[in-house]
Amino acid sequence: MLPAVDVRKAHKRYGSLHAVDGVDLRIEQGEFFGLLGPNGAGKTTLINLLAGLARPDSGQFSILGHDVVKQYRTSRRLLGVVPQELVFDPNFNVRETLRLQSGYFGLRHNEAWIDEVMHHLDLTDKAETNMRRLSGGMKRRVLVAQALVHKPPVIVLDEPTAGVDVELRQTMWRFIQQLNRDGHTIVLTTHYLEEAEALCGRIAMLKQGRIMALDSTQNLLGSMAGVRVRLKLAGALPAALLPQIAEQTGEDYLLELPSYQSLEPVLAELRMDGVEIKEMALEQTDLEDVFMRVVGRAC
Amino acid sequence: MLSFYALFYKELLRIWNGGIQAVLAPVLSTLLYLLIFSHMLEQQTEIYPGVRYTAFLIPGLVMMTVLQIAYSNSSTSLSASKITGNLVFALLAPIAYWEFFLAYVLAAVVRGLVVGTGVYLAALWFAQPPMQFPCWIILFALLGGALLGSLGVVAGIWAENFDQLGGYANFIVTPLTFLSGAFYSIHSLPSFWQQVSRLNPFFYIIDGFRYGFFGVSDISPWLSLAVVSGSLLMLAGFALALLKSGYKLRL
Ligand SMILES: Nc1ncnc2c1ncn2[C@@H]1O[C@H](COP(=O)(O)OP(=O)(O)OP(=O)(O)O)[C@@H](O)[C@H]1O
Ligand SMILES: [Mg+2]
Repeated sequence: MLPAVDVRKAHKRYGSLHAVDGVDLRIEQGEFFGLLGPNGAGKTTLINLLAGLARPDSGQFSILGHDVVKQYRTSRRLLGVVPQELVFDPNFNVRETLRLQSGYFGLRHNEAWIDEVMHHLDLTDKAETNMRRLSGGMKRRVLVAQALVHKPPVIVLDEPTAGVDVELRQTMWRFIQQLNRDGHTIVLTTHYLEEAEALCGRIAMLKQGRIMALDSTQNLLGSMAGVRVRLKLAGALPAALLPQIAEQTGEDYLLELPSYQSLEPVLAELRMDGVEIKEMALEQTDLEDVFMRVVGRAC
Repeated sequence: MLSFYALFYKELLRIWNGGIQAVLAPVLSTLLYLLIFSHMLEQQTEIYPGVRYTAFLIPGLVMMTVLQIAYSNSSTSLSASKITGNLVFALLAPIAYWEFFLAYVLAAVVRGLVVGTGVYLAALWFAQPPMQFPCWIILFALLGGALLGSLGVVAGIWAENFDQLGGYANFIVTPLTFLSGAFYSIHSLPSFWQQVSRLNPFFYIIDGFRYGFFGVSDISPWLSLAVVSGSLLMLAGFALALLKSGYKLRL
């Protein structure tokens, strides 16, 4: 089966800055794929290269087997992109915007699908409202709708939920997940890691233009095997436990243990030294821990 | 070709949504020109035998409007889209570079001709120039609009902000239109300035256009046609090359 997205040896420099530095990435059809990384990691640049919005210094990019430069007409029909920037054309209302976008893709009688997309994104009431008069979150939803007018099999969303309220975020994800179940490939960037953890089957973590980790979400979470224990003590931590400390503020400790089996010796040590435990909590590893380890800073 | 049509339609809808003042404002300023110049100069000047100065002035003013409107339409539309970022919607779509070019230039021509016609109709109230050769009139209006529409595309690609765009208009387009002989025949200029005027492609547009009305011109309309078509081909080729390379649009 052709990969939905195929990126080979991608390089893109802006002056001396290596924004995309040798990325190889293959995303299969039907995946829900997460592209994570701190600000400036090169996520948007990579998406721009895929969409033909930027020209690579070198590398090959294809959508469902169609080269994005040589076969740009086909590859662009197969791709829908929600840009990160909140851009809009103030000359038109929502419906006009979506009709024009359909037209750009050569679709003339697209009214039924436009209505459906507007319905799913809760835009029906705003159909005749000028883009300028929409709130930020509504503009974001129109961006999503614009990316979907031509029913692209591959959908790339560059931070689609930034500035969207909780309720709508849920509705939006239901819609996107529905599209994914219907066979659309989804590529998502987001800084909400819970969102990525809940939605994405596979995740790539980018830093300074390079892929630092690429695996299924489960494996990434599993790679952080071990248990984290948060302790509030009535005294100092016994010396034998010092190597276990991951974080410390006063008498609040965060210990990292290789497994649940190592928990009992810790408790025994504390008992022996007569240090009273005032509070204790076990923490689940989440994507944020993985991210911190791989990328070395907060998302 | 459907994508071209959609982009062209978008440009027209943009103008339409902009409202009637898009046509009324240029008509008003032309009427002001006519009011002032014709009153001041009507008695002193007779440029072509038997043609009142006001009548002589009208084709020049109409063409000046066509040129300025065509230029400002494509340059502001394209640069505004680029600078505010909504050009991304067209760049994401399967639109070929030449479709892109055609859509912007044709919209500029349409707008230039519509406003030019409005100005012409309003000017008839002051004087009624004859129409010797309507074909030449239409031909030069189309070529002039296309030339300035193409120039606007280049300016729109080039400008990085609205100040730069304003600079191009003030330092290039306005001087070239004003020094094109819209208000006078170049035969009334000292010979040095006559030679300079001949380097200005806008001069040939106006002169050829005026020939269509009066059947008289400073130089042969065929020469004007050759110069204007040649300029258009060169400029269009340049604009197409820029678009094809993605210069300043696909970073
Ligand atoms: N047009 C440009 N010109 C110069 N530098 C650029 C350009 N676009 C991006 N960059 C630089 O490339 C790097 C990667 O930027 P990019 O927008 O891809 O990051 P990102 O991962 O999307 O970050 P964010 O999470 O903030 O959206 C940044 O250092 C940025 O400054
Ligand atoms: Mg980004």
